[in-house]
Formats: sequence, structure tokens, C-alpha cells
Amino acid sequence: MLKDATAIVGIAESPFAKKLEASECQLASEVIIAALEDAGIQPAEVDGMASYTMENTSEVDIAKNIGAGDMSFFAQVGYGGGAGPGVVGLLAMAVATGQCEVGVAWRSRKRGSGGRPWAGAQQASASGCWTRPFGLLRPADEIAMLTRRYMHQYGATREHLCNVATSVRKHANNNPKAIMYSRKMSRDDYMNARWISEPLCLFDNCLETDGALACVVVSAERAKDCPHPAVYIHSVAQGLPPQHQTMTNYWNDDPLRGPAWACADALYRNSDIQPKDVKVAQLYDAFSPLIILSLEGYGFCERGEGADFTNDGGIELGGRLPVNTSGGGLSEAYVHGFNLINEGVRQMRGTSCNQVEDADSCLVTAGEGVPTSAVILRR
Amino acid sequence: MSEMLLPVIGDDETPFWEAARKGELRIQTCKSCDRMRFPPRPMCPWCNSTQSEWKLTQGRGTIWSFVVPHPPLLPQFMDLAPYPVIAVTLDEDPKIRFIGNLVERSGDAINVIDPSTIEIGQAVEVFFDPVNEEIHMPRWVRV
Repeated sequence: MLKDATAIVGIAESPFAKKLEASECQLASEVIIAALEDAGIQPAEVDGMASYTMENTSEVDIAKNIGAGDMSFFAQVGYGGGAGPGVVGLLAMAVATGQCEVGVAWRSRKRGSGGRPWAGAQQASASGCWTRPFGLLRPADEIAMLTRRYMHQYGATREHLCNVATSVRKHANNNPKAIMYSRKMSRDDYMNARWISEPLCLFDNCLETDGALACVVVSAERAKDCPHPAVYIHSVAQGLPPQHQTMTNYWNDDPLRGPAWACADALYRNSDIQPKDVKVAQLYDAFSPLIILSLEGYGFCERGEGADFTNDGGIELGGRLPVNTSGGGLSEAYVHGFNLINEGVRQMRGTSCNQVEDADSCLVTAGEGVPTSAVILRR
Repeated sequence: MSEMLLPVIGDDETPFWEAARKGELRIQTCKSCDRMRFPPRPMCPWCNSTQSEWKLTQGRGTIWSFVVPHPPLLPQFMDLAPYPVIAVTLDEDPKIRFIGNLVERSGDAINVIDPSTIEIGQAVEVFFDPVNEEIHMPRWVRV
């Protein structure tokens, strides 16, 4: 069993900004070194690596920069923002099965200054040939299509999306590292924001950020020797339901029941910690409606109830389930969700800017709407 | 029209666009279990047969959802924005949802319809608008 066999013992992150001068390789190398220092482990001891298939820096480059020794495990997880906790899961499996002893996971991305992936499309091939020629071009458009249907099917409104955006922003306003630290958002600010893809406005969309993050995974036994309290990887899973299409999930019986449900089934099956036990969550938020869908998918409410769950500060500090306590992708930084992992670790260490006092476990998810992953961390 | 974002047609998609040139909406259908599947692919996920045919549909459906993109967009779409994009469930099999554009007649730009008149549940019908010799784009009109 993987349960509590491994732990995250080091985390680090670069500054977050619209534009950073350093290269993605330099940023990745720096945060990995910093995460190893946080863990009290020498770079030469690193023998395992995992990242995203969309990561531009390779194991070869990273190993050369940080001065790693013999590497015995290296692997990647696909599907962009679906990868995060799955990357940590790869290391947990590798460490637990003896394929490596010290694993590092990282994501380094200059998405703020490096351009928008969708903007380079000159052609529409593969599944994109059924959507892009009709002007459904960007991730925001693809998720807006599901959002409109959700609103129609369950009676949700922009007020609910506003709940999400403003709640997460409040958390960022307490986090000096968050890009939106000093930018308050009122409900009027939200309602008056320009459209990106109706029914989604600017503030339903994540930030565009340059940044890098890393974490270090070792065995639970080794974790006892590290300077910080161990944050155990209690359960981890990926999720890909039948007949799913990444992002454009329009070709099955129930498009609003996405990968989160499949992932949650696997996650809780191997977990002593169930939704009722979880007191803080980091839910992937490239778009505000993904939080609503994830609240349902990961069992915090029934289907169609995710929107109302956000009412009355439901996902704010002090609410039913504080979500994205560092500000998430919407208001801290958008680095493919890796900041959610590090914030989950801080919550378990008791060092979050928005610490949930009685939280002894934290759910961290990757993106709903793509083949996804999730992890339950515990103290 | 050469600046339009056109579909790249692979082997799996070729029969769809061949039918489109004849004004027909055809869907890949398993020869063994008779179930439709979309997008097209080599194997039926329900019976694993690789034998398929392309069945003629009535080309009618219902608006399942829609969005209205605003800039920033690809250059080809900037001048058209905001424009509606609809998702249409096909009458023959409601798990097949076409992404497409609602217009009034052949030759219309994709921003011709006022988005505020669009409602989920409206009935629509397909026609095919030639943009070049190879590509006849499916477009939808309300019925």
C-alpha cells in the first residue's frame, strides 16, 4: 500500500510575476535546490525526478544543473493542469517501491511572458478539428461551454462564480507572495469585468504567471530525519472516465461528470480520510467553475450543489471548506497547479498565510475537465 | 476565406468531410453493434469491432449550450468577435454534440446571430457551407 509510506519533506517556489528574467531552466534549478535545502538533503542524493509532459526543462538538464548523482527513476505525467498531484504520486510510488530514495517534482513555466499556447494554432487537427474551426479556440471557451450548461442544468448564476473568484481573492490578499496580494476584488469589480468567453469574465480566468515550484519526496522513515514535520502522502490517484475528451468533453452521456469523479473514487478507496474529514482543500482553478465541479466530484456536496456550497463564505477561511488558501491559480499564481501542492504542504506544517487551525489533512486536486489527479496529504 | 482556421482532415475524419461535400451529415457507426461514435476512431468502444460505416442522419439537433467568445482571439476571429458558438446534441444520439455556428443562411458570417436570442433547447438543423473545394463547413439554422 502507498498509504502514508512516503512524505513531502521539502518545498520551494520562485517569486511569481507576469515576467521573470531568469530562464525556465534557471528557475527550476533554483527552486529544486531550495526545496532540497528545505528538506535538509544534498543535491547529489537526488535519484528520482518527475514532472509534467508539458514541462520544458528536461531531467537531463536539471540533473546537470543541480549536480544530481545516479538517477534511477524519471517520469512524467500528461494533460497539462491534470498532472500536478499525479507527479507527486509517481514519486510516492517510486520511493515506496524502492525505485528511488529521494525524488524531486517540479514545474517551471513562463506562461506570463512566454505567450499563450492557443495563440500559436494555425491549424485545427485531431479532436481540435471538431471545435476550433468554429471559433471555440481557447481553454476558456471550452470550459465556458460546460459552464453555461451547468448553469442551465442546476440554476447556477454568475453570483456563484463571483463567490468563487472573490473568496479565492480574499485568501490571496493575505498572502504576500500572491500576485493579487494588494488587489482587493469587490463583487462589483467582478460583475463589471470584461467578458472573455460568456458566461466567463476576466476574473473567472486564472492568472498568466512566470514562476517555478518544487517539492521533495522521501520515505516516511527517512522523513523523520528531515527538519520539518513530515507531510504524509496518504492517498493519491489519477482519473480518466469512460469516453472522456480532454477539455472538449462533449461526447459522452454526462459531460458535467468529469474526471474528478473517477479520480475521487480511486482516491478515497485507498484512504482512511473521507470527504467529511477534510477541513481544507486546494482545488485546481484555471477557471472558477472548476472549483464548483470539483466540490461535487470530490464528494463535498451532491451534484448540482457545488454552486450553492460557495454561498455565505462557504469556501473562505472559516467557512464550510476553505479552498485555495494561498489564492490558487486565480489570484496567487498559475503554474499548472503546483502552487496548490505547496500550499497543501504548508497547511499541514501549520505555516499557511491562511492557516486552518484544526486541519489534519488537505485535499489537493489537479484540473477537472482534463485527465486529472489528486492527493490527500496528512500531518 | 483562405485565412479561415480550417480543420486538418486525417484518415478517421475523411468520410465525414466527403459526406459534407454532398450536403450530408453522416456519423461513424459500428457495423457490429450499430452504435454511433464521435469523434471518429478506428475501434468501437462498446464491442471492439473495427468495422464501421457512415450512417446518414437527419442533421437535426438541439442546442445543448453556447458561449460567446470575446478577444483576445486568433487573428482570424478577432474581427468577428463577439460571436456565438453552439453545442448541438444530435437527435439520433444525444451524446454526440457538434460544436458549430448558428447562422441564417449560406454565406453568413458566424457573428450574424444576436447571442441574446439563443436559448438552450432550441431546435436546429444543419447545412453545409462551402469554403473551398475540400471543406464544406457544417452550419446550423434554427427550425
